[in-house]
Amino acid sequence: MSLKLEHVTYTYNPGSAYETHALKDVSLEIPQGQFVGVIGHTGSGKSTLTQHFNGLMRPTSGTVYYNDEDIWQEGYSLKRLRSHVGLVFQYPEHQLFEADVLSDVCFGPKNQGLSQEEARERARTALIQVGLKEKYFSSSPFELSGGQKRRVAIAGVLAMEPDVLILDEPTAGLDPKGRDEILDQIAYLHQERKITVILVSHSMEDIARYVERILVMNQGEKAFDGTPKEVFAHYKELEAMGLAAPQITYIMHALRENGLAADTSAITVEEARDSILKALGRGEK
Amino acid sequence: MKTIWKSGDIPVENTEKKTYRKVCRLKQKTMEIIKARKLKYDYLKYDDNGQASESYTAVEEIDLDIQPGQFISILGHNGSGKSTLAKHMNALLIPTEGTIWVDGMDTAMEPELWKIRQKAGMVFQNPDNQIIGTVVEEDVGFGPENLGIPTEGIWSRVNKSLEAVGMTPFRHRSPNKLSGGQKQRVAIAGVMAMHPKCIIMDEPTAMLDPNGRKEVLEAVHELNKKEGITVILITHYMEEVIDSDRVFVMDQGHIVMQGTPREIFSRVEELKAYRLDVPQVTLLAYELKKAGIPLPDGILTTKELVDALCH
Repeated sequence: MSLKLEHVTYTYNPGSAYETHALKDVSLEIPQGQFVGVIGHTGSGKSTLTQHFNGLMRPTSGTVYYNDEDIWQEGYSLKRLRSHVGLVFQYPEHQLFEADVLSDVCFGPKNQGLSQEEARERARTALIQVGLKEKYFSSSPFELSGGQKRRVAIAGVLAMEPDVLILDEPTAGLDPKGRDEILDQIAYLHQERKITVILVSHSMEDIARYVERILVMNQGEKAFDGTPKEVFAHYKELEAMGLAAPQITYIMHALRENGLAADTSAITVEEARDSILKALGRGEK
Repeated sequence: MKTIWKSGDIPVENTEKKTYRKVCRLKQKTMEIIKARKLKYDYLKYDDNGQASESYTAVEEIDLDIQPGQFISILGHNGSGKSTLAKHMNALLIPTEGTIWVDGMDTAMEPELWKIRQKAGMVFQNPDNQIIGTVVEEDVGFGPENLGIPTEGIWSRVNKSLEAVGMTPFRHRSPNKLSGGQKQRVAIAGVMAMHPKCIIMDEPTAMLDPNGRKEVLEAVHELNKKEGITVILITHYMEEVIDSDRVFVMDQGHIVMQGTPREIFSRVEELKAYRLDVPQVTLLAYELKKAGIPLPDGILTTKELVDALCH
């Protein structure tokens, strides 16, 4: 089971004076169960890329495979694909519409053809998974706080029990605790249910903490593809692309330049702490 | 007392009035740009008949004294009352109880409304919701045009504002062809063109990539330093706060902490209890200190940490 793009190009307004390549010859494979981060500046092609994964956009040229099947071949059910590959858009709370939270989350599973009872069961499970308290299940989604609405919207996709969960900036505008809670929940789901998670984010710190692989998009092309340590080692190139490394990377480089044998590949606070303690000769107790 | 009028003499009452005016003017010079006393705001929930059925207190017992030219940051979790408070600063909301003065004007006094909004401009989170012009320079000119400024005046304001945020090269572009950071700078220029004394920014960087975030922050600091504009920045990014003069932390509608960034970020555990965080470098220093490395509290920059560890 995997997601695969082969030489995918997407062109806006082909053949006209406004022709722009949103994706240029992108090839990649994401095996089932990976936790992947996608970074890139505004307009780098991240969102175009993610919308190819569940068939919302059709490549101008190239092929998209899900489980080795060409999703654009004759007779392929895109509807079925979309229940396997769930996409949570940016600011998904703007898409809430039902009168109460539970009904809103039921919408997806009901469309998959599940009975009212089954749909409600799925919805409950999904809401509990995202950490929304039961007392809110019958409230109007519009009475909830920003963070709670975000959870409801994510639950709406989870209730369809996708094998692949794509999240476009799931934590934009949330407070630090809310950010951690949502990402922790997603990491937990990834572990428990072995789903593939594709996380699009502008926060390098979040990416560094959660993902096992980073795809860097730049001007429609895949610029880097590797583990966080590999990718953030290119922090100078990342900056040239309008990106950055986590703050920790800069600290470690500055320490090394000033003579402390700090490990410059550290990307989280914990790694940095351990490396500095070791360099100061106060390593493992 | 009777006053005898002679030519060339200044009547006694008149001198008193003059001194009184002078004192007022002096007071005005040091007057807070934003001042609040016991501010409280209730959101009302209306039932189907349009009757207020429930009320919810969003902010309460807020006392604020913000001096002209200060750079202020407000932190707080989602739902802590930050945006409600911000909306009082340009009279988008009027207090349920208590008073807020913007440049000396009570926002509850209706005739002052437009004057207040001109003094205190607001920039919101989503740049796409704030840009109305089809060309960058037109968008920036919208505000001053509405103030009834003559054409040449509008142009000089547009030029100056675009220059101040570094967007002059883009003046003839269509806003929808700009990046998020650029759009947000256009929105800031639009506020600048109104010649405000104060800009209130409600999470202006939440939707931007790292570069866009940097651009906007730099533009705002420039305005604060060069033009002396008071800035009130609401953000969830702790790193954006470290250069502020003063930080307010809100929780459940109250101001629960205030101080310099160093004072605030020295209190790591307390901040975490308010669902907040500290910059990564501060957290790293805090962790190292816990592990027994002697470091000062509230380290805010990489340089400070390097100096403390390497020298």
